[in-house]
Amino acid sequence: MGVGIEVKDLNAWYGSTHTLRDIHLNIPANHATALIGPSGCGKSTFVRCLNRMHETNPIARVTGTVKIGDLDIYNDVSPVVIRRRIGMVFQRPNPFPTMSIYDNVASGLRLNGFRNRQALDEIVERSLRRAALWDEVKDDLRRKSGASISGGQQQRLCIARALAVDPEVLLMDEPASALDPISTAKIEDLIFHLKSEYTIVIVTHNMQQAARVAEKTGFFLNGQLVEFDATTKIFTNPSDKRTEDYITGRFG
Amino acid sequence: MQQRIQQSGQAWRRWKNHLATGTAVLGTLVVVAPLLAIFAYLIYKGASSLNWAFFTKVPKPVGEIGGGMENAIVGSGVLLTVASLIGIPIGIAAGVYLAEFGRKRLLSNLVRFTADVLNGVPSIVMGIAVYSLIVVPQQHFSAFSGGVALGIMMIPTVTRTTEEMLLLVPHAVREAALGLGVPNWRSTVSITLRTASAGIITGCMLAFARVAGETAPLLFTAFGNDDKSLALNQPIAALPLQIFVYAVSPYNDWHRLAWAGSLVLIFLIVISVSLVRYVTSRGVLKGAS
Ligand SMILES: Nc1ncnc2c1ncn2[C@@H]1O[C@H](COP(=O)(O)OP(=O)(O)O)[C@@H](O)[C@H]1O
Ligand SMILES: [Mg+2]
Repeated sequence: MGVGIEVKDLNAWYGSTHTLRDIHLNIPANHATALIGPSGCGKSTFVRCLNRMHETNPIARVTGTVKIGDLDIYNDVSPVVIRRRIGMVFQRPNPFPTMSIYDNVASGLRLNGFRNRQALDEIVERSLRRAALWDEVKDDLRRKSGASISGGQQQRLCIARALAVDPEVLLMDEPASALDPISTAKIEDLIFHLKSEYTIVIVTHNMQQAARVAEKTGFFLNGQLVEFDATTKIFTNPSDKRTEDYITGRFG
Repeated sequence: MQQRIQQSGQAWRRWKNHLATGTAVLGTLVVVAPLLAIFAYLIYKGASSLNWAFFTKVPKPVGEIGGGMENAIVGSGVLLTVASLIGIPIGIAAGVYLAEFGRKRLLSNLVRFTADVLNGVPSIVMGIAVYSLIVVPQQHFSAFSGGVALGIMMIPTVTRTTEEMLLLVPHAVREAALGLGVPNWRSTVSITLRTASAGIITGCMLAFARVAGETAPLLFTAFGNDDKSLALNQPIAALPLQIFVYAVSPYNDWHRLAWAGSLVLIFLIVISVSLVRYVTSRGVLKGAS
């Protein structure tokens, strides 16, 4: 089951560049929330603050609070623990190239010491089914490398890999932007099914995509959250002039 | 008119194509020819003296016919095992440090510099250094000191290839591991090193093959031994040493044995490198690059 995310006073820097300013936001549990905005406005930085990936960059800094359910992720737990509860899918598919499909999906559990083979088999199958990849790869699970399947399949493999550790939240940073339209449709379909069980945050460049998959949408501009509301409201009747300019393409 | 221009253009392109291919083939031949020549000459000179006794008998005293190099083959095996046990772990650890943990620190520059200098140290100097550090205090030559000398010589190659291969692992792969909640050290060992393993193994094999043929550092460390020995604290024979001694001797019999020894040395190197490649490539999947 997913949990809600509560973000308060979030500020982030790269070196001395202030990248995110005073973000306040409540992301609802078991829904898909889309984040849109022009390139460089800080969407990726924002989602990376939600699972403490931001701090893996040595020059990066962050202040403020992020709560996942009741858990204050910057004060109550280690980054390693929080990243198991908040899965992440990146813009470019990044399967482990020297591992088989099976090992890719099992990697998160195995690397954290999980050894029960039978349980692992079940989890791998379940995760691949959830990622809508099982039928395409079930005969080559251990024969093919994670890097030898198509880009769209690789991205679904990465989703299965993230699901295998049983997270409550799934962060997706432009998961379909490197994919062809058919693979994109599959990923969107997937998000649509997954959101009953996980809280999904999806960054996207594509406004139709946001409209198709997300109940809520946030619009970022220059490191600030300009507007956050129901997706239909954002796309039909935004309250901020800048949001309107952006979604109507009048943005300079 | 246009047709003709097209045709002459095509002929020119084809000619250029042949020229480029020809140059490449020529280059390949120039590279491969000396290698093949060496092999052919070794087989010509050495094969006739190869027989079962060569692998199962130790040298006979001068004047007696027969005898083999079992002591040297076994000795090289012992020395290279000790050398690999020292050189490979230390080399990989240093390479991991350079690539993953100390990119810009003073210590890492020092390590990098030391590795490069070490790489340039003449092997005879390495022999003298180990001689004065281990052999002199212990007051006897030993397999151990020879293995140490060879092991130290392996370190720079292993370190630098490990570092380079790790730096080639895409950032996205590391992020994927971190994003799964894998601790940093675990990600380094199980993901980054594993992804780079093919290249690192190649580096280790290069280092291994290089020291397998070293003679100079063994002259006053392993020293040589006419009997078969497995003891680490005793002098031990080695193929390059034995070849050296036999080749400069005045006896025709020994010259032939030296050729046979060279042939065996080359083959042992080729076989061990291929074996490691085969064993490790079975774990790596098709399509992974
Ligand atoms: N690793 C980094 N180092 C320095 N600056 C960065 C880094 N990543 C992103 N930035 C800067 O932070 C800002 C926000 O980037 P990002 O979060 O990637 O935007 P988006 O995902 O919305 O395109 C940009 O101005 C970008 O140049
Ligand atoms: Mg981005």
